Amino acid sequence: MKAPFRLERRLSQPKSLNWMVPLLSVVGALIIGAIVLMLTGKNPLSTYHRIISVAFSSRDGISSSINSATPLAFTGLCAAITFRTGIINIGGEGQFFMGAVGAAWAALALDGQPRTFVIIAMILMAMLFGGIYAAIAGVLKARFNTNEIITTLMLNYMAGIFLDYLIFDSKSYWRDPKSAGFPTGKMLNTKNFWPQLKILGFTLPLGFVLAIITAGVLWFMYSRTRFGYEMGVISDSPKAARYSGIRIRTKIIVVMAIAGAIAGFGGASDVGDFRHVLDAKGLQLAGYGYTGIVVAALARYNPISAIFVAVVIGGLTNAGYALQGPNFPSGLVGTLQGLILFTAVAGEVLTRYRIRMRNNQAEVAA
Amino acid sequence: MTDSNTNNTQEWAPPAVRMHGIVKKFPGVVANDGVDFEAMAGEVHALLGENGAGKSTLSNILTGLYRPDAGTIELDGRAVSFGSPREALDSGIGMVHQHFRLVESFTVAENVVLGDSDAGAILNSAKIVERVEELSKRYNLAVDPRARVWQLSVGEQQRVEILKVLYRGAKVLILDEPTAVLTPQEAESLFVTLRAMVAEGRTVIFISHKLDEVMAVSDRVTVLRGGKSVGTIGTAGSSTRDLARLMVGREVVFNRVERESHGSNRRTVLTVTGLTALDDRGNKALDNVALTVGEGEIVGVAGVSGNGQRELAETISGMRPFSSGTITVEERGVGAGKVRSAITAGIAHVPEDRLHTGLAASLSVESNLILKSYRTKPTSRFSVLRRRVIRDNATTLVEQYDVKTPDTNTPVRLLSGGNVQKVLLAREFSAGPKVLVAASPTRGLDVGAIENVRVRLVEAADKGVGVLLISEDLEELLSLSDRIVVMYEGRIVGSLPAAEATREKLGLLMGGITEGAQS
Repeated sequence: MKAPFRLERRLSQPKSLNWMVPLLSVVGALIIGAIVLMLTGKNPLSTYHRIISVAFSSRDGISSSINSATPLAFTGLCAAITFRTGIINIGGEGQFFMGAVGAAWAALALDGQPRTFVIIAMILMAMLFGGIYAAIAGVLKARFNTNEIITTLMLNYMAGIFLDYLIFDSKSYWRDPKSAGFPTGKMLNTKNFWPQLKILGFTLPLGFVLAIITAGVLWFMYSRTRFGYEMGVISDSPKAARYSGIRIRTKIIVVMAIAGAIAGFGGASDVGDFRHVLDAKGLQLAGYGYTGIVVAALARYNPISAIFVAVVIGGLTNAGYALQGPNFPSGLVGTLQGLILFTAVAGEVLTRYRIRMRNNQAEVAA
Repeated sequence: MTDSNTNNTQEWAPPAVRMHGIVKKFPGVVANDGVDFEAMAGEVHALLGENGAGKSTLSNILTGLYRPDAGTIELDGRAVSFGSPREALDSGIGMVHQHFRLVESFTVAENVVLGDSDAGAILNSAKIVERVEELSKRYNLAVDPRARVWQLSVGEQQRVEILKVLYRGAKVLILDEPTAVLTPQEAESLFVTLRAMVAEGRTVIFISHKLDEVMAVSDRVTVLRGGKSVGTIGTAGSSTRDLARLMVGREVVFNRVERESHGSNRRTVLTVTGLTALDDRGNKALDNVALTVGEGEIVGVAGVSGNGQRELAETISGMRPFSSGTITVEERGVGAGKVRSAITAGIAHVPEDRLHTGLAASLSVESNLILKSYRTKPTSRFSVLRRRVIRDNATTLVEQYDVKTPDTNTPVRLLSGGNVQKVLLAREFSAGPKVLVAASPTRGLDVGAIENVRVRLVEAADKGVGVLLISEDLEELLSLSDRIVVMYEGRIVGSLPAAEATREKLGLLMGGITEGAQS
């Protein structure tokens, strides 16, 4: 017995799918989430109302949602640009950590210099650290055809261990020698904290504004430059790329390095905007790199959409922390995020295929 | 050759395989058009024919992969009809495919029992290994049952495929171009195996286009041409020349395309000397190949597919590295495996796989039209693509080459085969090449599109481009080329002016027979 419907490949993908898919994914996830809430005896409408009012209804709420969104915007961009080239870079997490290490180093070493200079040095150092770290996986893939999913994942753990080593297991430059009981990193001089920008009454971290600019640059790079064109050819057909003389191996390494640099940039923002210290435990608990993969998938690898998706996911996370308590299970936000990714993946299928009902005639023809 | 037949009364028994009036149509093609075929128990029976003659379709029908539109199949005088390859296998028909179907990470023994429903849920590996060892000894199929398939050479992998069908008790074995991947020594050893199998009363159907081998190994030959069986002859009383004539048919009068005459003293544009290169599996694909193409000359490359033609095209266009030799375009050398150096030297390339190698299928027509020019002015400036220039270029070429497309933003995969080829030709010709390497440029196209491609090739030659035309369509080569070279096993075994080339001469050369073919 055949199913009453079948999937038919779409000949072309309408542009509207770019925003329909994330939107419908969120709606679908909310509906499934509502069922889960009802089963646990909660009222879904009031729960969702609380989330939205905390995350998106006031200027302050939106500002703090944007705070949570900032690291996700960077890791989301990092994942998006590799995914659209057909490289599955899971390593945003480790690249973010390495960026934080580089940025903290620059900020501590250049203490006393003008703030603008320190900030630029932090960003450059973070991008260098993240970029080189990601390029390791790129070189392995290009030279030895190793699976980048596995190498980048392993490099995440290595970066976590490296953070622990710097703060807990050694007398490194980053560790605060005065921290008595629980070891911590050296705090940045308050003069080197990154400024906050006030735009239309919203308080925005500098990092978020820079993430928007980065997204714009990436969009331009991918749609208007030779490099972006080459990336498009490689992801569509590596054989055609070789035929036209594109050096695929080099490009893989370059894309990985760029992605790593962007994740590293996020690490600089983490140190400069938010934590003001190399926080070994906090970074590893946050899991920005992994959430960034969700962001990229929902944004369908479009850098501009990634910013918006980051704000939505950031808002959810933020509301989850704010509302956590006996009436609001802490796992709820995580469940919702998981459901959103789940529905987004299902939605991806619908962008490439459409559902056709079987009719009798088709049955005969088949 | 006939010892197995004289011992008993097999001549009086019904044939092991009898196929009568087999018809199989595919959209637009009649692959088998009333084919008759009989093979006896205890004989090696060769199935000979050019590409597209219908050999593969016939064997796919016998193994249950296709159902014939008309015709009957009898095994030992009993009418059968197969719904699936498994049913055919259960009736004792086993196929050894040209492209192996083995699980690389499994051992030989595991591969042999794979898919055997009698094997049960728990494998008794010791018993299987023992049985495989016994079979391999009996049939001269040296291979270690405990080795993993990825560790084996191509020849050994083929032995595993043969063991697989023997293990299932096949009485009729079909081998599709079995020697295509083998070294001469391995081929010799395969022939010993085949003789051992027929000595036990099995039937071997040997699909090939190599005349020498057919003569050496088979008792009888059935020749297919254009989907029809044109005759069955015993190898004992016939020559390779007879086979070649049967295979390619009578001489046909071709309409030679009228060409401007460039005289005999053409300037040479492409010079290839001593070219040696490997194929994807690491075997030698090109063996000391030398050829020249003059200005405005069309040089045809004939040969049965898989004899190095594709690798020749790829090597000249820089996609495949070569270990020795030189490629020169008007004094300018092309680096081994360097596409960009080939492009700048003026080599245009129409690859065999046009939709996924020559084009990026999901990208738009206009993006595909800049695939080779995007690095240079005016298409890009300071690394930024100029959209206006790209669009204008596309609009002009679409009109000039009459590409039927809704607009220049349409992905090329949505275009018809003929229009896909037009996009590719438009791009390659518009670059103003000195040399054009075209690999099977008309394969799979309809008649109108074929005509269009041929006219474009001739136009290019008339403008002075040296064209290297690789094709399996002899008629196409004879009607377009000024000169035809024939490739066999990676070497150029003959070179004839088109006026002196005949189907028979080319057929002999394509089958590796060099004596008497060259005038």
